[in-house]
Amino acid sequence: MEMSDSKEIAATPEQVFAALLDPAVLKDAVPGCTEMLGTLEDGFEATVVQKVGPVKATFRGRVAVSDLDAPHRVTLSGEGKGGAAGFAKGGAVVRLEPSEAGTTLHYEVDAKVGGKLAQLGNRIIGGFAKKMADQFFVNFKSRVEASGAN
Amino acid sequence: MPKDNGIGASLKRREDVRFLTGTGNYTDDISVHRQLYVHFLRSDVANGTINGIDTAAASAMSGVVRIFTGADFEGVGSIPCGWQVTDRHGEVMKEPAHPVLAQGKVRHVGDPIAAVVANSLEEARNAAEAIDLDIHELPAAVDMRKALEEGAPLVHDELGDNLCYDWGFVEENREAVDEAIKNAAHVTTLELVNNRLVANPMEPRVAVGDFNRATGDSTLYTTSQNPHVIRLLMGAFVLGIPEHKLRVVAPDVGGGFGTKIFHYAEEAFCTFAAKALNRPVKWTASRSEAFMSDAHGRDHVTKIELALDADNNFVALRTATLANMGAYLSTFAPSVPTWLHGTLMAGNYKTPLIYVNVKAVFTNTVPVDAYRGAGRPEATYQLERVVDKAARELGVDPVALRRQNFITEFPYATPVAVEYDTGDYNATMDTLETMIDRDGFAARRAASEAKGKLRGLGINCYIEACGIAPSNLVGQLGARAGLYESATVRVNATGGLVVMTGSHSHGQGHETVFPQVIAEMIGLDESMVEIVHGDTANSPMGMGTYGSRSLAVGGSAMVRATEKIINKTKKIAAHLMEAAEADIELKDGQFSVAGTDKSVAWGDVCLAAYVPHNYPLEDIEPGLEETAFYDPSNFTYPAGAYSCEVEVDPETGKVTIESFAAADDFGNVVNPMIVEGQVHGGLGQGIGQALLENCAYDENGQLLSASYMDYAMPRASDLPLFKVDHSNGTPCTHNPLGVKGCGEAGAIGSPPAVVNAVVDALQSAGKNVLHIDMPLTPARVWDAMNG
Repeated sequence: MEMSDSKEIAATPEQVFAALLDPAVLKDAVPGCTEMLGTLEDGFEATVVQKVGPVKATFRGRVAVSDLDAPHRVTLSGEGKGGAAGFAKGGAVVRLEPSEAGTTLHYEVDAKVGGKLAQLGNRIIGGFAKKMADQFFVNFKSRVEASGAN
Repeated sequence: MPKDNGIGASLKRREDVRFLTGTGNYTDDISVHRQLYVHFLRSDVANGTINGIDTAAASAMSGVVRIFTGADFEGVGSIPCGWQVTDRHGEVMKEPAHPVLAQGKVRHVGDPIAAVVANSLEEARNAAEAIDLDIHELPAAVDMRKALEEGAPLVHDELGDNLCYDWGFVEENREAVDEAIKNAAHVTTLELVNNRLVANPMEPRVAVGDFNRATGDSTLYTTSQNPHVIRLLMGAFVLGIPEHKLRVVAPDVGGGFGTKIFHYAEEAFCTFAAKALNRPVKWTASRSEAFMSDAHGRDHVTKIELALDADNNFVALRTATLANMGAYLSTFAPSVPTWLHGTLMAGNYKTPLIYVNVKAVFTNTVPVDAYRGAGRPEATYQLERVVDKAARELGVDPVALRRQNFITEFPYATPVAVEYDTGDYNATMDTLETMIDRDGFAARRAASEAKGKLRGLGINCYIEACGIAPSNLVGQLGARAGLYESATVRVNATGGLVVMTGSHSHGQGHETVFPQVIAEMIGLDESMVEIVHGDTANSPMGMGTYGSRSLAVGGSAMVRATEKIINKTKKIAAHLMEAAEADIELKDGQFSVAGTDKSVAWGDVCLAAYVPHNYPLEDIEPGLEETAFYDPSNFTYPAGAYSCEVEVDPETGKVTIESFAAADDFGNVVNPMIVEGQVHGGLGQGIGQALLENCAYDENGQLLSASYMDYAMPRASDLPLFKVDHSNGTPCTHNPLGVKGCGEAGAIGSPPAVVNAVVDALQSAGKNVLHIDMPLTPARVWDAMNG
């Protein structure tokens, strides 16, 4: 499924861009993320605990960063394996534009699920993915704005 | 006056006492001392290359005994296919290997990759989560049309394309059919989908493998419709175990509907692993596993063209079908869209020219094989839909058009290779029209309209072929098996009988019906007869139960064996009464000498056979046990007329079935109550297909309908009270009971009735809707009305 939206963030594009590549910020922003390790160069290793309808699982996977164009554009893509729950994979193309408030963050997300997640959760996966994406960028915005205030 | 004994009596099912009181003995009830549990790690991608399977961490986990992968099955046979189709160019079908556990590639969601054997199921499941799989996902072949295009992802790389076979039937008729269609006064064309279904028997599949190191004997307990077939396929083709060292037991089985005919990888795995580990190994499918590992049903895409002359006589029929095989060839998959489908395309009509083309296609989906009706529902659906559409286009009554084209003289050789021995299609249609008060339909429609609903009436016919035979013919058609049935009748010293049948009951009621036949033949109470089945160790080699063959084929074998018993007991009775054998009569369990008052009871004759003090030992052996194998000379051809009346809510598209009637010709009927129950069950599944059920994949080959949240099974509230009739039985001319088979008729005849009715309802509101693909969900009906 594909989703897109935009958010206003009270920080400079440079601050927002740096935050997008900071594992500590990402860990706080990804809903259910319990661990986010690694570096920009090698990619990040993430652990996410989530419940999709009747399926609860711990997803482990890699997040890769590509198409870096600081501070304008970056692509985050990842694949998480949830064991018996199946897998989820997807990518987000993020574009930053300076705005009155600071930065406008545009995102386009494409997500795909397989295994039990598809078998049991298909009817709700669209809504779930949208909620996850919204939550991520809401968390991200508040985390960045909080850091900026410091 | 209904009978209360023997053939024709509606005896209550004796097996229901244990089924309804929780005392059945299903495979999952069987636990063997020291047994281990297996959990299969299955692919969650539809197509992919296996780069690595790291089991090190999982193997070290608590309770894990051993983890098997495809590498452990190198040198072990492929899961075999039991039918080889030869295509229209004389080439045999493509038959890719089907390993027990995936080797190198995974080909559908659910394909087993590794098997974790542990002390408990919990531990096996936990360890499976710790297996590190490196699978490179590849694009999947899902849609059949796209799968046949140049450059499509390949299910089996070594085959070069995804076409299993391109079958033409009857190939010699091809040009004549094309010519007749070109010159016809009217041609009706219809493109339709026969939706993919999942059988969903109440009991999921289970297998328990056991091995006795002292004797070298293997035993498999399994949820099967045909334990002897599993023994042969698994023993001879997969594991290399001779039949005398392999016992297969299929105890109480909670519904099969075709999907438990086939030999599955899990059965071979449990038998193999029990020997490798020297401990019993048990597997019980979860419902989710059943959705992605039980063979699916139907999944045909068809274009059908019916040509008529200026007087509305059918002159030619041409069909082109894509049939989904899934990722591997399941046991009888190739036969379903060909010999079980093409041979039925004449239906109840004397269409002189017919050509059927079927392209079977591999896709990255669960294998597809026989499901209740198997090929015959697909044939009936397209034919009865296109006839209905033709009637609408021509502005004639759909029943009159059918009657005009009915076959009325028997035997009748169709242009698609089969010969109907008997039937009376006008009689079942007459009965049906009375049952449904067709004349009152206009008033019922007006009443529905008065409350804002649309009302439609759909009527259709069906014919099917049961008890597929004879063996020498099916051998020519590609079957790698015989299709006879067997029975051993053992009479005990005190006169009670045990029948060991090669047929198998998984809901049909053999234990009740078979004794009724013997009771009638000898004149005993049914309680004197016990039926034993489902264990290769104590029944003669039999082919099992599917295709409504139990009574027509298995029952006939039992009749033949019982006739041998009766002949022998007459000899004994003649000796005891010092009379000529030719003068002995058997009635009501008494032997008498014609024209005298001399008689001797059944029990006394049986006792003499086992205590042969006064016995013709020089002429006959002691004991009373006879076996017969029966190979039918032809199929049987049940047929009938079905009717469905629906209401459609024009606001929502919701279809409600207001009434459903079935007038069937099953030949002679042994137990009318059981026949009625079989029809009810078939109608439930046929209406389920028409309104609710649909197995869906996304474009990546992810299975989307794998639980009852997304796969809609029919519930009691979706079905009306059925009206069924089987009073127009024209007895089968070639089996001793004159029976035809009733197991699949309901599922074959009902889908077109429902769709015909819904189209009729929408037409009544002036909507130009000529077809809607099943299932007729509210969304699809609403879209059709508002499209």
